Parts: sequence; structure tokens; C-alpha cells
Amino acid sequence: MDILILLIPAALFLGLIGLAGYMWALKSGQFEDLDGAALRILIDDDDVIVKQGDDKSDKPL
Amino acid sequence: MTKWLAAAEPIMSASCCVNSGLATQADKLTRGDAPKLQVPDKIASPDAFVVKDDNGYFCLNLMVKNMRCAACISSIENAMLKLQGVTHARVNMSTQRVVVQWHGGTLDGRQIIRKLWQLGYPSAPYDPLKLQNHKNDEERFLLATMAVAGFASANVMILSVAIWAGVFSDMGDATRNLFHWISALIALPAVVYSGRPFFRSAYQALKNMRMNMDVPISVAVVMASSMSLYQTIQGGRDAYFDASISLLFFLLIGRYLDFRARSKARSVAEHLLVLGGTPARVLDASGDELLIPADAVKLGMIVSVLPGERIAVDGEILSGTSDIDQSLISGETLPVPCRVGDVVFAGTLNLNGSITINVTSLSDSTLLSDIVRLMENAEQGRARYVSLADKVAKIYAPVVHILAALTFAGWMIWGSGGWQPAMMAAVAVLIITCPCALGLAVPVVQVVASGVLLKQGVIMKSGDALERLDDVDTVVFDKTGTLTEGLPEFLNSGDIASEDLIRALSLAEHSHHPLSKSLTLWAAKNGIKSSFVVDDILEVPGHGLQGSVDGLKTRLGRFDWCYEDHDQVAKRQTTMSIWLSVNGQPPICFKFKDHIRDDAKTTIQQFKDQGLKIILLSGDHENVVSAVADELAIDDWHASLLPAGKVGALERLKMTGHKVLMVGDGLNDAPALSAGYVSISPSSAVDISKSAADFVFQGADLMPVFNTWILAKRAGMRVKQNFTLAFIYNAIAVPVAMAGLATPLLAAIAMSSSSILVTLNALSLRLRQSTLGKT
Repeated sequence: MDILILLIPAALFLGLIGLAGYMWALKSGQFEDLDGAALRILIDDDDVIVKQGDDKSDKPL
Repeated sequence: MTKWLAAAEPIMSASCCVNSGLATQADKLTRGDAPKLQVPDKIASPDAFVVKDDNGYFCLNLMVKNMRCAACISSIENAMLKLQGVTHARVNMSTQRVVVQWHGGTLDGRQIIRKLWQLGYPSAPYDPLKLQNHKNDEERFLLATMAVAGFASANVMILSVAIWAGVFSDMGDATRNLFHWISALIALPAVVYSGRPFFRSAYQALKNMRMNMDVPISVAVVMASSMSLYQTIQGGRDAYFDASISLLFFLLIGRYLDFRARSKARSVAEHLLVLGGTPARVLDASGDELLIPADAVKLGMIVSVLPGERIAVDGEILSGTSDIDQSLISGETLPVPCRVGDVVFAGTLNLNGSITINVTSLSDSTLLSDIVRLMENAEQGRARYVSLADKVAKIYAPVVHILAALTFAGWMIWGSGGWQPAMMAAVAVLIITCPCALGLAVPVVQVVASGVLLKQGVIMKSGDALERLDDVDTVVFDKTGTLTEGLPEFLNSGDIASEDLIRALSLAEHSHHPLSKSLTLWAAKNGIKSSFVVDDILEVPGHGLQGSVDGLKTRLGRFDWCYEDHDQVAKRQTTMSIWLSVNGQPPICFKFKDHIRDDAKTTIQQFKDQGLKIILLSGDHENVVSAVADELAIDDWHASLLPAGKVGALERLKMTGHKVLMVGDGLNDAPALSAGYVSISPSSAVDISKSAADFVFQGADLMPVFNTWILAKRAGMRVKQNFTLAFIYNAIAVPVAMAGLATPLLAAIAMSSSSILVTLNALSLRLRQSTLGKT
């Protein structure tokens, strides 16, 4: 049963890492817009990043 | 009229992306696909809403309409980032808002709003500080406590399973003690952290000498934890750490679901209020237009209102003439002509002429704010509603505490083991009776029901609305816009020669007047086109249109205007009609009727079949109302009611013990919607009514009202079933606990099985949704 001395702290430590990750996600606002997050995955990243001042004309999309 | 129609567009039914599969995604991304909307010529400046920080960054918050898909997000964000100086643009889909941040003073807020218009998204600036923003903090707090409780209960449960297994094998006392200590180490900080929502609310309740569900919860959790700690120190056999922390975890799930449903409802209401709270277009000394929130307009300011716009303030017309659609205030179907010197009211719609208004009364003394005040008064009456769960808690909490105290006393008197076994038995009673199932029962039913409703196009705005709807015995309908579609329908096409028809059509095409529009609509439907040459068109607000059609002087409008020689002057047209006169000939009558929603009759019949009483309250004229009431077979109707009259009628119903479902859409209905026991608005309603109502339904049908009621009945049944289940479970488990036979294992099994049963019962509400709508 000596293995418990190793296993219980290991299990708790791993669980705490998960909890800390969740808390970090919560603090950084990742749960603010779940509907948006579900849709954003469909957007091609190349389209979103637009260089500043790249396109000054007001041409329609 | 255009604005009104735009508002009538369903919120959820998508015009842009419902059909967009992934195949067309790339296509849409390049085109920025969105409904085609006419961009207004002049956009007033939102500068009053722009926040500037010390580093030269400007920030503008906008509520945006029509955002529905990934293409909407990317086309908006891309377009915003392309504007000069913009450093940050972020769409929030859940709340339908956009934040734009830019640097330097080169960009005008107007450009942002114009760009959004061009993409097909009307928007309105808002002040984030004015909306409740502690909402997010509260949600984060609940999520954090839930995560900690979940983590702790999972880990304690692992240890507890080992202990339970150890009872049957031969776990040594030392190992069991070690496991108890580790459980204590995990559970106690977690209980302190995650129990706060309950402890706080229980403390508040006790401070105000009230009782709520959180009091027995807090007592049970605190007692169980401290007693278990004592047992652990003594090296005892039973510890309830797993029960106390998993109890918190289950209850926090319920609490979070409940909170999310309510904050969703609030965000819908905020959205409606901001997009509907028409900012005023104020003319400054140099003739420039500024967009100012209606509550910031000062006396003596001059406000300009374009055709098709809603008037934001009460005032006197300084220049221009126009027909004003007051249907939302008075329920009258026909517009009222207004000229210089006439007084116009906030919330009415300017139909066909540009006018400027001198502000004569401020936001807190306008007719609109009178209506808001009336509404608030009515709402206070409703706030006294006590939800079923609270009612149960009132009886439940004392009973639980008395049972626990009796157990303790009984063990002290007849038991032999002293205070320790007595205390353990009492704690077991507290744990077993703890309203885990009850705390989940109501929120889960509400979440499932609101999901089912949303699929039907009905938005539920307050959590307890379903419970209230369940009790209703009387349904009160408004006429204009609720039973009818609010659009006149052309009636007597058979009586009119086709040449006259086409002549009238040629003129009608040039007007925003509802009757002209209806005539044009009818012609378009029947494939009739105007083929005459029309010249010199002049729209005389309050009278009609005149022009030369095919060379003949033609007038279309009021009877007394079309036929000036006639000595009999109709003071006011009570039936809906317009007249056509050609070259001074006797005029020809075009009759109209407000079109009744197609399924209004079936819906009302369905309600009657279920034994509900139907009443019609309208602000319109008596003969119009009686015709509608006859057609729909409603015996109990009242006409020419002012907003206060409607509230009065509802109050009288309340006095006689009736619980009223109010269905209405107009501004004049808003106080009545608040005064009703529960209320429903169509999505075409004015925004203030939509925010007053508990439910908002979409589409041209009235049937959703009946379906919502049926669903509320079913949801109410589920909640009562769940309460019964919880009661039966307690009736079995409590004697066991009082006898001291409960072990932590038994408590854990009983608690989780009853929670699962209750949740499954709530979820089965979803299974029967397919039977809705076909009734």
C-alpha cells in the first residue's frame, strides 16, 4: 500500500493542473462568448488578419 | 413605415445565413453576405457614446442587429479593421454586440455605423456603464465555484469509494483514517470556497428574518463538514465529506443554469431597449445633426425627424407637415395628420414628411415616460410573485430542522452512546433531506423548456414566467398588431373599374401611407401594373395624393378632400377607406380592412376548448373592434381604451381572482403587459412592449401563444412531479436516517439517484415537443 503515498499526491496534482487551467481560461474571458467561439472556428485565419493601412480605400467587400 | 417593417422582421429567422452550409462559406466571406438594406442618407454622430482614454484610444460599443453566422463575424471584423486607425474590433455573438477601438482622431464614429449599415447590419451605440456589467463577474464566480466543487467532489469520491470498499474487505483503521484526513484536506477548503453563494444568500435571508432554500442547505453542509472533521480527529468510522461537497456541486449546477437563463433574458431585454431607444437627431446652431440619447435631450432643442423614423421626444412641430402613425400609442389604425404647431409624442412614427420639432417636454415627462412609469407601477405588483420553489422552501426548511432536532433529542434520551451518535444521526437527516433534487428540479425544467420554446421561435425572458403561465385562467388580447397583422387589406377590388384601379395605383405607388402601401401590395400580388404617365405628384399630409395621371387631374385621399364641392364634410373617417376622384368627378371608394392573422380564430378556439376565458381590449374605435370580435367569436370586448384603461381592466380582473395572460404589441399595451399576471408579445411589437413581456414570439402566426401555454402546462406538471418524487424519496429515506441506519454510502447513493431521476424527468419534456404545433 506504500504506493499510495506516491499515487494520491500525483492524482491530486494532475487534477489541480486541470483546475488551474480552467481557472485561467475563465479569468481570461474565454467563456464570455460561447456562441461566437463555436462559429469562429469556421473562419479562415488568413482572412481575418488584415495589415494596418493596407487598404485605405473604402471599397465594398 | 419602413422602420416599423424592419422591426417586424423576425429576430431569429435568418435572412443571411440559415442556408449557408460550409460549401458557400468561402463565397460568403468574400462577399460579406447580408440582407440588402437601404443605407440612410444621413447618419447622425454617435460621439456622445464614444469613450476616450488617456492614451488617445477611442472606444465605441454597439448593439448590432442581424448577426447570425461565422461570415457575419468575419465580414464585420474585417471591415472594421480596414477602417483607418482601427486597432481592435471584436464581435460578441452571444450578446450581439461589437466593440471597436481606434487610435487618433481621424476616424469618425459615423463611418463605423455607415460601414455596418453597408454590410447589412443596423446598429445602435450604447453606454456599457449604463447596463448591468456585474453580470459577467457573477457568472465567472459561479463557474469558478462550480469547477472547484466538481474537482473536490471527484477526488473525495475516489477516496470514499475506497473506504466503502474497505468496509467489506479488511481496510485497516490507519488507512481509513489517512483517507479521511486527505478527504478533509480536499473537501474543507472546497466547501468554504464553493459554498459562498449559498452561505451569502442564507445569511441575507436570515438577516431579513426570511427563510429560503439556502438556509437548510448551508446548515446541512456546515454541520456535515464539521461533524465529519470531528469524527476524523476522533478516528471514527463515518465521515460525510463526499456528501457535503457533491451536494454543493449538484446545487451549483442548478444555480448556474438558473443564472444563465436569467442573464440571457436580461441581455435580450437590453438589446431590445438599446436598439429601440431611439436616439434623437438634434440640430445644432450650425445646422449639423448630432445623435443624442433621448434622455440627454434638453428643453428647446430642435430635433429633426425624417419620413419613416420614430419620434424620440415629445414636442411641437416647428416646420413641415406629415402624417403621424400613432397606432402604437393609441391603437388607432389610421395615421393622424399633423402640421406646424401640432404636438407630437415620443414613440410615434413619422410617415411621409420631414419635420422639425421643438422639444417641449423632457424625457421624464414625455408620454413615453408616462407609459414607462405606468409600467413600473404595474410591475411592482408582479414582483410579489413567489416562485414555487420558494413556497416549498418555506415549509420545507422548518420541517427539516425540526426533524433533525427531534432525531438528536430522541437519540439523547433513548440512545446509549452519548451525544456523538445522536449528532451523527441528526447530520444524516440533514444530508439526506437536503434539497439536491429540488435545487435541480426547477432550473433543469426551465432550461429544457426555454430550449424547446426557442426552437419554436419563442424567447422566454424570465425564469418564473413558465410557472405563472401555468396558472393562467384568462387570456386578454390586444387587437391591432396582435389579433390582426396591423396591415390593412384591400377589400372591394370587384366593385372598381380596372381603369380607376390602375389610376389609383399609379398615385399610391408614391406614398408611404399604410393604405397606399396596402393597395400597392395588393396590386403586386395580383400582377397589376400601373401603365399611366404620372406627373406633378404632390402628397398633402393629412389629405392625400394628387397628380396628373395620363393627363387627367387625379386625387386619391380623404373623401372631403377629393370632392371639395360636397357640403357634407366627414370630420373623421372611422372606416378605413380612401377615395379616388378624376377630374372633379364624384369620388370612388376603396375599402380596406385590418387583416386578421390567419390562425387567430383557431388559436382562440383552442384556448376556449381548454376552458380559458377570452377578452379583447383595444384602443381602436368601437365599430372596428366589434367587427373583429364578431369574426373571432369573442363575446367580451372593450373598445377605445387608453393605456391606463387597459391596466384598469386588468386590475379589475385581478381583483376578481383571475390570473391573466396579456397578449399585446403596442406602446399602449406596455403597461398592460406589465400588469398582466404573465405576458406575451409578437416580435413585431414596439421594443418597450417586447421588454415588458415575459415571452416574445415570432412569425405571422398566433399559434405560438397557445403552444407556449401548453408547454408551460407540461413544464409545470414536470416540476410538480419532481417535487412529488423528492417527497417520496424523503418519506423513505428520512425514517432510515432517523433510526441511525444511514451510512455515508447510503446517503451518496440516495442523493445521486434522486438527482438523476429528477433530471431525467425534466429532460423528457424535450421528447414531447414534437406534439406541439400540430394541435
